[in-house]
Amino acid sequence: MKGRRVTDDAKRSGFSRRSFLRGGAAGALSGGLTTGLLTGETASAAAATDPEATETLGPGPVEIELEVNGATRRLAVEPRVTLLDGLRDRLDVTGPKRVCDRGTCGACTVLEDGRPIYACSRLMIESAGRSITTVEGLGSPDAMHDVQQAFVDHDAQQCGYCTPGFVVATAALLTRNAAPSEPEIEAGLGGNFCRCGTYKGIRAVVAGGKGGGVSGG
Amino acid sequence: MADYSWPEADRRAQIGARPARLDGPVKSTGFAKYPSDQNPDGLLAAKILTCPHAHARIVGIDTSAAEAMPGVRVVHVIQGEGSEIQWAGDEVAAVAAVTEDLARDALRAIRVDYEVLPHFVTEEDRDGAPGARPAGERAEGDPDAAFATAHRAVERTLGMPQMAHMCLEPHGQVCSWDGDELEVHASTQAVSTLAGQFATELGLPASQVRIRTEYMGGGFGSKFSPDRWGIVGAELARKAGAPVKLFLERDQEVTVAGSRPSAFARIRAAADERGKLVAWDSDSWGSGGLPGTGQTPLPYVFSRLPNRRTRHTSVPTNLAGSRAWRAPNHPQACFLTMAVLDDLADELGLDPIDFLERNLDLTGRPDTYREQLAIAAEMASWKERWQPRGREREGALQRGLGVSVHTWGGRGHSSNCDVTVHPDGAVEARIGSQDIGTGTRTIVAQVLAETFGLELHQVRVSLGDNVYPQSGPSGGSSTVGGVTASTRRAAQDALREVLVHVAPRLEAEPEQLVAGGGRVFVDGDSSRGMSWREAAAQIGGAPISVQGRNPGPGRLISSGVGGVQIAEVEVDVDTGVVHVERMIAVQDCGLIINRRLAESQVYGGLIMGVGYALYEEWIPDPVSGRLLNADMEFYKLAGLVDVGSLEVHMMTGPGYDERGVIGLGEPPVISPGAAISNAVANAIGVRVPYLPLTPDRVLDALAGRGEPA
Repeated sequence: MKGRRVTDDAKRSGFSRRSFLRGGAAGALSGGLTTGLLTGETASAAAATDPEATETLGPGPVEIELEVNGATRRLAVEPRVTLLDGLRDRLDVTGPKRVCDRGTCGACTVLEDGRPIYACSRLMIESAGRSITTVEGLGSPDAMHDVQQAFVDHDAQQCGYCTPGFVVATAALLTRNAAPSEPEIEAGLGGNFCRCGTYKGIRAVVAGGKGGGVSGG
Repeated sequence: MADYSWPEADRRAQIGARPARLDGPVKSTGFAKYPSDQNPDGLLAAKILTCPHAHARIVGIDTSAAEAMPGVRVVHVIQGEGSEIQWAGDEVAAVAAVTEDLARDALRAIRVDYEVLPHFVTEEDRDGAPGARPAGERAEGDPDAAFATAHRAVERTLGMPQMAHMCLEPHGQVCSWDGDELEVHASTQAVSTLAGQFATELGLPASQVRIRTEYMGGGFGSKFSPDRWGIVGAELARKAGAPVKLFLERDQEVTVAGSRPSAFARIRAAADERGKLVAWDSDSWGSGGLPGTGQTPLPYVFSRLPNRRTRHTSVPTNLAGSRAWRAPNHPQACFLTMAVLDDLADELGLDPIDFLERNLDLTGRPDTYREQLAIAAEMASWKERWQPRGREREGALQRGLGVSVHTWGGRGHSSNCDVTVHPDGAVEARIGSQDIGTGTRTIVAQVLAETFGLELHQVRVSLGDNVYPQSGPSGGSSTVGGVTASTRRAAQDALREVLVHVAPRLEAEPEQLVAGGGRVFVDGDSSRGMSWREAAAQIGGAPISVQGRNPGPGRLISSGVGGVQIAEVEVDVDTGVVHVERMIAVQDCGLIINRRLAESQVYGGLIMGVGYALYEEWIPDPVSGRLLNADMEFYKLAGLVDVGSLEVHMMTGPGYDERGVIGLGEPPVISPGAAISNAVANAIGVRVPYLPLTPDRVLDALAGRGEPA
């Protein structure tokens, strides 16, 4: 991971070389942290990196800004931190779940600028400047998104650990296509796994087709 | 003595209804906080270093470099110099650091020197197993004579390998100390018993250990103990003076945190001219890792088969010990038995359903199975659609039907429940149980609401915490019987106390009063009554609090169920790919509390069954001793696309409801392997002797290379 080159232009990616250099100072690092997982020790390690190495990011924390469920979040993460771990451990956004941690099971599915992605397979710095919507951003227990309500109505969940990923993937599928065909359902939801065996309910959710209103923000 | 019973069918408002699970909204919005979601202030992340060798001795371990790394708070040696490791993936050391990535960095900096020792991981090779040992032999009647005079006999060697529980939330916990008090957010099936196990290991009184499990991401029989990582997590937190989160990585979860034992057997079975089973001889073996296995219960269901001999050999391997997997031993015994009976039916020229019916007197519940076989056959249009093996359709795609029967106990476990009625009418239950995804929270609420004549939203259930009254671990389909019985007894007692206070106001005796529709009234004269809120106000200033227990008086629960499943498959004989087109389940579980959740349990069992019938197996590498598929890419679960049409028929109503509540988690997962294997045999004309039914095994069977060693 050391010396990973990032070629995105600064405006689009939401961080700049200058802000990275500022981010190297310990004082700038504590602001975005909510869980106490990262402390001054790593900040010092970052400050010790070669100031000449301005063409690269990391390995120390990098300051970034992104939108999560409609709120602007600013934090410093090492480039190696995945979007999933960053959301869960740094921002305490724990709806997306870490299950396979390598792009197979779909439990970490989130929307990036409205498009479903595996959050375990994206570095958080790659999402800088972008808008992330997790299952919590679609609705809340008192004001559920139609897809979330349909998961309740069709009992499309048991232990519930795969549910956040399935809800986001289903919402994304139905937003693209309110009445998907069988192959389209298989393409849209084939990247998510459930262990308790709730697929019958999930199929009923899709058949209900209430997918409207998923925004990218 | 007070009467404890379920209401009559025409008086049930909640029991048998289909309310949605109460925690559905928090789960489907991601607001439910699982143990792995807990992020207390100052949290450290812990990771475990495991041994890469299946058998080795540790000759040296150096943690100094790891200890010196920035961000590392504690390095803890679990097994030091001189320790003998018996399986790859066993825990050697642990690190707590300020981030997970730093903890992983530190693991890489720990140097361990091993003396590598010989290992054995190929369980199917009984003859080559260094530790194989006899594990039981039984005989009844005269099998040799019965085989000699039998009309038809078959002999098969069959097997199914070890497979993983693959809980989506890995095993683990967050441990926090406050002085010498420990709080553990654990992903567990055993909230009430875990504290004592932590306490013993850590040298604390159990009263100083708090266990909390509001939600948990799947257990399936693998999450009953703190495990070594639980104790290590608590030790790390104590040494660091900070909370520690320690959840297994996926490869560790697959390798050490739960597997179902394998089962292999050479079986002979015989029948007479009338199609009656007359003899059985099985020589079985299997492995559950280092501990080997116990006797597989053969012949399954048809346990009164005369003239039988069973032998079992336990085969220890250098793999992590197995754990209870949903319906322990039953799926294996069911596959081994039903496959052989299906082949014998074919040998006899009989429809397998006809053959099973002719032998139901050899089972424990012939009437139940007869009724269920008829219903399942009707649902499958079996009579019209079943054809004997070998009637090929044109082209590569062949269709087949298969049937299997199963049984389970499911008696409710020990349970205590506190029910409190407040003077303002609020009703709550507190119970040291856990909702592992089966809907325990919802069914306890239904029992409360039913008893007090209220709606679900008017009652409150608190569980998932060992400060509540002890209730048993959720295993063996024992939870629904345990928690509904303890809750019902407490609720009936609490209601009777309320009615004593209400009776004078209504100029009636307490025994004349009933609660229903949000009111308390004289039975048969609803005009003489008052609202529940008004009734509760009669109890005075202090709440009424009653504890109910199970076991206890009254006929609320029982045990012993039967089930029948039929599978329909399509097999591509060119590629060997099997697709399950349809699964039908007919299941008995006594009185059903929640129809929707009961059906979900059965659907879930069928889907998990499709997984182990077609895809799931541990694949140990004979050379390295490591699993080749300790991940989710090559350890395959059934996906949405792999599951065909699923149809469930629950046996309810007269004849079933009077039995009381019986557990349902295990039964529906028992038969799918057998039913699907039988359907494949029906489709392609030969038995594929191994599960899972992977394309290579199907093609081998078609090419006549089927039977394993």
